[in-house]
Amino acid sequence: MTGRAAREDGPGRGAMPTYLGTPSFPDAARRAVSDARLRGNLAHATTTIRARRAEAVAELDDWAELREAGRQIKDHVLEHLGHYLRLLEEKVTGAGGTVHWARDAAEADRIVADLVKATGETEVVKVKSMATQEIGLNEFLAEEGITAYETDLAELIVQLGDDRPSHLLVPAVHRNRADIRDIFLRAMEDVPAGLTDSPAELAEAARRHLRAKFLSAKVAVSGVNFAVADTGTLVVVESEGNGRMCLTLPETLISVMGIEKIVPSRRDLEVFLQLLPRSSTAERMNPYTSMWTGVHPGDGPRNFHLVLLDNGRTATLADDVGRQALRCIRCSACLNVCPVYRRAGGHAYGSPYPGPIGAILSPQMRGVGSEVDASLPFASSLCGACYEVCPVAIDIPEVLVRLRARVVEDGPRRPLERVAMAAAGWTLRSPTRLALAQRAASSARRVVARGGRIRRLPGPLGAWTETRDAPAPPSESFRAWWARTGGREEDGG
Amino acid sequence: MSAREEILRRIERVESARGARRATGDGDVAAAYARIDRRYLRRHHGGAGDGGILDLFAARVADYRATVLRVRVSEVPGTLAERLAAGSGSYGVPSGLPAEWTSATRAALVRDPPVSSLDGLAGAVTGCAVAIAETGTIVLDHGADQGPRALSLVPDRHLIVVLAERVVADVPEALERLDPRRPLTFVSGPSATSDIELTRVEGVHGPRALEVLLVE
Repeated sequence: MTGRAAREDGPGRGAMPTYLGTPSFPDAARRAVSDARLRGNLAHATTTIRARRAEAVAELDDWAELREAGRQIKDHVLEHLGHYLRLLEEKVTGAGGTVHWARDAAEADRIVADLVKATGETEVVKVKSMATQEIGLNEFLAEEGITAYETDLAELIVQLGDDRPSHLLVPAVHRNRADIRDIFLRAMEDVPAGLTDSPAELAEAARRHLRAKFLSAKVAVSGVNFAVADTGTLVVVESEGNGRMCLTLPETLISVMGIEKIVPSRRDLEVFLQLLPRSSTAERMNPYTSMWTGVHPGDGPRNFHLVLLDNGRTATLADDVGRQALRCIRCSACLNVCPVYRRAGGHAYGSPYPGPIGAILSPQMRGVGSEVDASLPFASSLCGACYEVCPVAIDIPEVLVRLRARVVEDGPRRPLERVAMAAAGWTLRSPTRLALAQRAASSARRVVARGGRIRRLPGPLGAWTETRDAPAPPSESFRAWWARTGGREEDGG
Repeated sequence: MSAREEILRRIERVESARGARRATGDGDVAAAYARIDRRYLRRHHGGAGDGGILDLFAARVADYRATVLRVRVSEVPGTLAERLAAGSGSYGVPSGLPAEWTSATRAALVRDPPVSSLDGLAGAVTGCAVAIAETGTIVLDHGADQGPRALSLVPDRHLIVVLAERVVADVPEALERLDPRRPLTFVSGPSATSDIELTRVEGVHGPRALEVLLVE
């Protein structure tokens, strides 16, 4: 494969869009936090889904056992990844599919573009897929003269709004119904006259807008939720039916999956089909799950291509602590409970993977060389809510602390911050030290804070406050507040 | 070096650097796989042959705002005729659908309609392979009584006849009954989205009306 910039023997580090001009997390987050409308939309959406997720999970007495099985299955696959990749390739090929391998984003983009061109088509319909977001596929296809139509409602809202995704599951979560109506009226050429902001009408408008596309499309591009190694079966989990349309109606289907998406056997789906819907949309089951194995004569696409994507996953695998991030099944429960995400929003994370999971995935897959990646491991209060809700028990705080150390060692050189962060890392690694430090800071507050802001920190830390005020430590620490209230609060914005 | 070799070599390098006990054959991997702790339940409700399973299934399907009608075998033709008469237009049916089910139907039926005609149909009538009580899910394996995947996708109404013996208590039992070499579609309620303010709205691209005849 002679992919654009495909490395012959790179370190296995990946590339994904660092959205152009992305500032470090603190800068981006400060801007987002001051946007009251964004904060209001996010607070509304995440508060609703959090409560419903808790109910859906509480309904199953064996949630802890399912979660443990999910963790072990994923760890087992990561431990024997080479074996399972070879097995999957053999089974998919045997069922009439074609398997392609891509070292990085550029190589995957090139493979997909060439496959589309080989069909003679210049349009593709797409099912929402994190993997294709990660490789910047739509942008690359556009450069190659191929138009990609997103068919998931939230992706459509993002695409029509010329916007960026801000949530794993609901990329347009930062938009409320009125925003969505405005975007449709502005950018949807066949928008119904008199469209209101009722969700049912908005959904109907999307249905009418995309129907002709589905019926005429010759090529579809999808992601993959699970790939069953011992049968070659691919699984896509969705709600709207746009996935079924794309997986069924076109002649050619191209699916892009990260190499960690494998489960060994069909039996393992009994675990993940229980864990995923309840964690992501708080449903007992999502409306539609499609499974296919290669090509099925007389039913669905005649050509099936599977692209296996590394793009930094093998580099992530190399870290004993960090590799657990590869268990992720993209449910987005960690976003919905994260106090930082709820206020900063998804755009501040500067990558297709926002929220707590993004804060540990992006810096591992891309490395910590950039400002934004170096700042992501600090975009957390280490409260642990993300770990609590993770259906595959990824200890996100543990990985964040690990990455903080790596940033201090390898990140962009800023001597003062290195010292401060090293101290912070030492403090944050121990709950006792953190509690002590917070209590000390709360006492100091009475001395140095004026009007809730600290104008100038003492000693070498003064350099930090030259360009910004440090917020005065609250009278109650975040950890204490979270422990007391579980995060229940009325968010003013 | 091909991308395939390169990626597999990267993985091997990680494995040897970790000092992991390298699996030398499929047997070792299989043994490790067998050690995975599966203490979760095979079913959350009901024992074998429990009639409560059907009640649970009906309630859980209805929770998705689908229509559930519980009928005896002899009532299937009449009920189906009534439901189809409520709409206007013709309905697609797979050629393997038992003929007696539609014997009382006056609405126009199209056997095995071509994909290009599906958008003009009022709905489709199919059977199913398995149904899951716990989650209110109906699974199609697109056999002779269900037709190809597009048939139950493109038309706006989907009527499914679910025989009691196809209903299992929970997800693990359902997967045991299914053949992974067939295309499979798991349907839990009508098409829906959570994309507007993370709140479920029924009716997007798939059928907006799901009507289930549970045959006891």
